[in-house]
Amino acid sequence: MNSLSSEQLVAMFNAMADSMKSSIDHLCELDGAIGDADHGVTMSLGFEAVRGALAELDPQQAPPTVVFNTAAKSFLAAVGASAGPLYATAFMRAATAVKEQETLDAAAMAKVVEAMVDGIRHRGKAEAGDKTMLDAWIPAAQAANQAPADTSLPELMRQVAQAANAGAESTIGMQAKKGRSAKLGARSVGHMDAGAASTALLLNAASQFVVTTFGSH
Amino acid sequence: MKTKKLINNPDNIIEEMLEGVLAAHPDHLYQIESSPRAIVAKNGPRQGKVGLMIGGGSGHEPTFLGFVGKGLADAAAIGNVFASPPPDPALACAKAIDGGEGVLFMYGNYAGDVMNFDMAAEMAAMDDIEVRTVLTTDDVASAPIENRSERRGVAGNFFIFKAAGAACDKMLSFDECERVAIKANDHTYTMGVALGPCSLPHTLKPNFELGDDEMEIGLGIHGEPGVERGKLRSADEVTDALLDRILDEMSPSKGDRVAVLVNSLGSTSLMELYVINRRVKQRLDDINVDIHASWVGPYCTSLEMAGASITLHHLDGELTELLQHPCDCAMFRAG
Repeated sequence: MNSLSSEQLVAMFNAMADSMKSSIDHLCELDGAIGDADHGVTMSLGFEAVRGALAELDPQQAPPTVVFNTAAKSFLAAVGASAGPLYATAFMRAATAVKEQETLDAAAMAKVVEAMVDGIRHRGKAEAGDKTMLDAWIPAAQAANQAPADTSLPELMRQVAQAANAGAESTIGMQAKKGRSAKLGARSVGHMDAGAASTALLLNAASQFVVTTFGSH
Repeated sequence: MKTKKLINNPDNIIEEMLEGVLAAHPDHLYQIESSPRAIVAKNGPRQGKVGLMIGGGSGHEPTFLGFVGKGLADAAAIGNVFASPPPDPALACAKAIDGGEGVLFMYGNYAGDVMNFDMAAEMAAMDDIEVRTVLTTDDVASAPIENRSERRGVAGNFFIFKAAGAACDKMLSFDECERVAIKANDHTYTMGVALGPCSLPHTLKPNFELGDDEMEIGLGIHGEPGVERGKLRSADEVTDALLDRILDEMSPSKGDRVAVLVNSLGSTSLMELYVINRRVKQRLDDINVDIHASWVGPYCTSLEMAGASITLHHLDGELTELLQHPCDCAMFRAG
């Protein structure tokens, strides 16, 4: 059974930080079309802060719950914005969901994704179809929840990432109901939501990391 | 093509700006050591007074930190460019300015700010500091009047913060300060026009595209698209278009008094602002509305965005008195 150690979880966060860093301009452009153009900068600053804080941890001594809590605190302290409270709450919920785990297998990662979505929904008070990051996160959690019990970790993460990709694509046709772009009404249609786009990028980076680490089965 | 800016490492731009602000205004401001994005008035916070904290993303200078000082805001929580600060500096501000009567949080109505400042308010409550929040929603273009509470806060912050700060400085009760803040917001109307984009220090790319001969009415102070894009028109025509929307909602009676703010979004010159202000005066004279006072200049900017906004603050006796109440801030003085 494939299972992520704390050390590998830290490396997965670093892979997500790399993904955000290389997507700054792309995410800012998406955000600029219907928002305030800061999303790429904000996400990268946040994940770089997480990278820095996790580097201070001794992964031999820190179980996954500590990794997620450290990520929550460092992300929030670094950026604020809307992504700060949303991701900080998501990581805190993930930390609670894996409190007893020494390592993260497919079942634990499914719980992580579902807990994160609950946190984002609670903090942002948005729902499916509002054209927010939840439109990528909710299908991701559904994919995690519906995966058969014997699904391998790489397969689970691949399905989660694919669902997030489709979710992000689906925001193009939506009219925004939350966040800055909600002020645009019908003019928000035709653009992908930047928060949903970064969600898909993050989950793809996580998925690729897991596949690289364990192979695709 | 990249835009040109006088910057060093963009990751340090806020810290470097704050260092410069503190060097320029040592008599007015200090920085909380354990939370450097919390900027507090040297004079102002005191026992028995309701504290006023304002804040939000950077890039709108002199909003927010320029309005910290005796008689106006007691502190400002400073975020990254166009991004809400996290809860920590807001909490640090609340602790620093609490005089035992509660702390008022006032800021523009944006989803990120609301989440972060609400988290800070919850944390302050755990430290026995009562926080109440009044959001500013003066941007007429950002939602129809039926949904006024969904509107954004923009340059009208200037008048709304001024009224609330004066109420706090007069040692009014928490209930009264909150009432005045809500009333000042309800009496303030802003409409803006953009002629050209700004660029974030990290990307150095224009945050929206506008044709060489185009303007956009109602565009937000972070470049959020507006309500009407069209060919650039004359100063008088644009001023009329902005004022028509404001007056339509404000529906002043003959003899009413207003305060006027003609604000630059960054790169639009004072010369153009005064041309606009001249037209504002003509229009208000025509309908027998008295101008109590006018402010013309950069008060709520959007980095180097080209464009301007007009704000009318519909006065009554109480709001006039609060507007005249003296204040002494780093970047603004009155009375």
